[in-house]
Amino acid sequence: MLRFEDVTIRNGAFTVTADLAIEAGRRVAVIGPSGAGKSTLIEAIAGFLPVIAGRITWKGRDISHTPPGKRPVAMLFQDGNLFPHLSVAQNVGLGLRPDLRLDAGQKDRVARAIDRVGLTGMEGRRPAALSGGQQSRAALARVLVQARPLLLLDEPFAALGPALKADMLDLVAGLVRETGATLLMVSHDPGDARRIADQVIVVEGGRAHPPGDTAALLDDPPPALRDYLG
Amino acid sequence: MARRAQPLGAAPGLGAAAFVAALILGALAAVALRAEAGRGLGPSDWAAVRFTLVQAALSAGFSVALAVPVARALARRRFSGRRALIALMGAPFILPVIVAVLGLLAVFGRTGWVSTALGWAGLPPLQIYGLHGVVLAHVFFNLPLATRLILQGWQEIPAERFRLAAHLGAGPGAMRRLLEYPMLMRVAPGALAVVFAICLTSFAVALTLGGGPRATTIELAIYQAFRFDFDLGRAALLSCIQIALTGLAALAALRAARTEGAGGGLDRALRRWDAQGRAAKLLDAGVIALAAVFLILPLAAIVSAGAPALVALPASVWRAALFSGGVAVVSTCLLLALALPMAAAVAAGRRAGVELAGLLGLAASPLVIGTGLFIVLYPLADPFALALPVTALVNALMALPFALRILVPRAVQVVDRYGRLGLALDMAGWPFVRRVLLARMRPQIGFAAGLAAALSMGDLGVIALFADAEQATLPLQIYRLMGAYRMQAASGAALLLLLLSVAAFWILDRGGRGHAEI
Repeated sequence: MLRFEDVTIRNGAFTVTADLAIEAGRRVAVIGPSGAGKSTLIEAIAGFLPVIAGRITWKGRDISHTPPGKRPVAMLFQDGNLFPHLSVAQNVGLGLRPDLRLDAGQKDRVARAIDRVGLTGMEGRRPAALSGGQQSRAALARVLVQARPLLLLDEPFAALGPALKADMLDLVAGLVRETGATLLMVSHDPGDARRIADQVIVVEGGRAHPPGDTAALLDDPPPALRDYLG
Repeated sequence: MARRAQPLGAAPGLGAAAFVAALILGALAAVALRAEAGRGLGPSDWAAVRFTLVQAALSAGFSVALAVPVARALARRRFSGRRALIALMGAPFILPVIVAVLGLLAVFGRTGWVSTALGWAGLPPLQIYGLHGVVLAHVFFNLPLATRLILQGWQEIPAERFRLAAHLGAGPGAMRRLLEYPMLMRVAPGALAVVFAICLTSFAVALTLGGGPRATTIELAIYQAFRFDFDLGRAALLSCIQIALTGLAALAALRAARTEGAGGGLDRALRRWDAQGRAAKLLDAGVIALAAVFLILPLAAIVSAGAPALVALPASVWRAALFSGGVAVVSTCLLLALALPMAAAVAAGRRAGVELAGLLGLAASPLVIGTGLFIVLYPLADPFALALPVTALVNALMALPFALRILVPRAVQVVDRYGRLGLALDMAGWPFVRRVLLARMRPQIGFAAGLAAALSMGDLGVIALFADAEQATLPLQIYRLMGAYRMQAASGAALLLLLLSVAAFWILDRGGRGHAEI
């Protein structure tokens, strides 16, 4: 269970408040107008923005002040998810050892993850030699080896075309099903939410509302969401 | 208030900044304490102050006035070799002063090419020693710099404005009033201030082309008080004046100059609709040709005069070259050991103090620092035995402001872009530094190291203060050969120095860019 207990997150002059809980293993879409605080909420879980009141707990343990790299979190950003000077295998390997000193077993895990996302044979390539979709796959392979119980997506597929984005979401859905990870993904597109999420958190005006069932929320949206969906 | 989490620590950089500040301020304090202010300034000291200001003002004025037409011609013409010429304009930065002086002597000296030509016409030879020689050498060094600064101003006028002006039917006169004069009013003061500040601390040029009571800069007067009279009190007093002048000039230059001129984008030629007349084209062609000849002739002279002597260089020259190479290596390593942590600290958000320490090097001249270090070292150890290490250290301090200009923006950019990803992957600390920061900064590190190595290789400054007869770096050895009227050997050694400096820069810069990772 990921719990926000009367949390206030500061992002410069802007704050976002949240008091809610997400059950382990859920797939949750975070939607709302731009500037409402979706990314702020996600970044606070990942540890990039300070929690100035309340606390965030994972399985009862307070993680509000844990350094980002020590949280039970794997995250993909809007862009810049791969280091351009490292090969695909090295980028994936970073998910296991930040200093890249991998033993044979770890190298094997990297190879299997690359295989799982369909990039076999491209281990030695640099990101610049991959297509946009392949870059996303490489980043997902790293998420796979990180094997963290929480997966946060801050619209990493926004730059992909619709068909490719759908492929990636299906791949993500498959990965979280296999690993049992809890998924939180920011999205602008209610279609994304319907495709992959069983719950939706609406963020508007600096406030994150507790999650609700995706179909119910989108079919009969509350006023704030209705304005956004149009 | 919690700082944003950072993937790298600022402590080493803060330590490096504190070390630099302590060293420079310590040297300045030593100078200030040692200065015998009660004695006041003698007539020769006042003459040095006057000469310093006059030559710096003249050098700045000529450099910028001549740079305006050159920059304008480069901005509005496209021709093959344009990029090479603009690249050449960056070369004086790594060109050892003593080499350029020998080149200028070969062209403009008493027995130089121009004087020989004048002799055929029955005219007396040129006289290069004195004020005009000093100014000539300074213009040679700073005309390219001023041209780059002003060219940048031209390039920063948005192309749309030229299009709009052309659309409105603005002729050359209107174009100047509308676009070019306002730009020059913005850019020229900065260029003037930068060149003035550089020329204030001129030592090697004044040492070789000036001298005598009528053509002595403050830097040279410090050297003379030190070497000839061993009058530390007077050297310290002169140093205090120099500190005040350079400090003020550096402040003025920082305030007036918005950009450094080493920036990119200079090889873009503006599309222009004006100045298509035959006269304007001829004028631009003539200006560009003259500037190119002025810059290339002295270098060509060194190559032609030095090449025959290169095969028969005296052993002392090879020994000096070895010392110079060692000093350059140590100086470059020192520079990187200071500049990289400082750049990382700025990228980690500790901008203020670190950048200030980096700028201190601009406010203090090498001879002042050298004098200060000598005063500090004298009671503790034999300063003359430490000539080479002190030279390496001072060279690193002098290169530091330039290195930070190159390294800091890139470090900030890398941390901005990859800091969060590094944190999310638990790479904070050494893994981030090694795998991300250094890996992605390679081209900038190579460029900064190349500049530092070339500057150190060609430096004729603090070594002149400290060296005894036994040890000399290559530039100092060339100066000694000149003093002994062994011009042939001096030219050969100068060519060797030129080759070494260019090679050092090229190898390091290339090393950074090789296998360029996108």
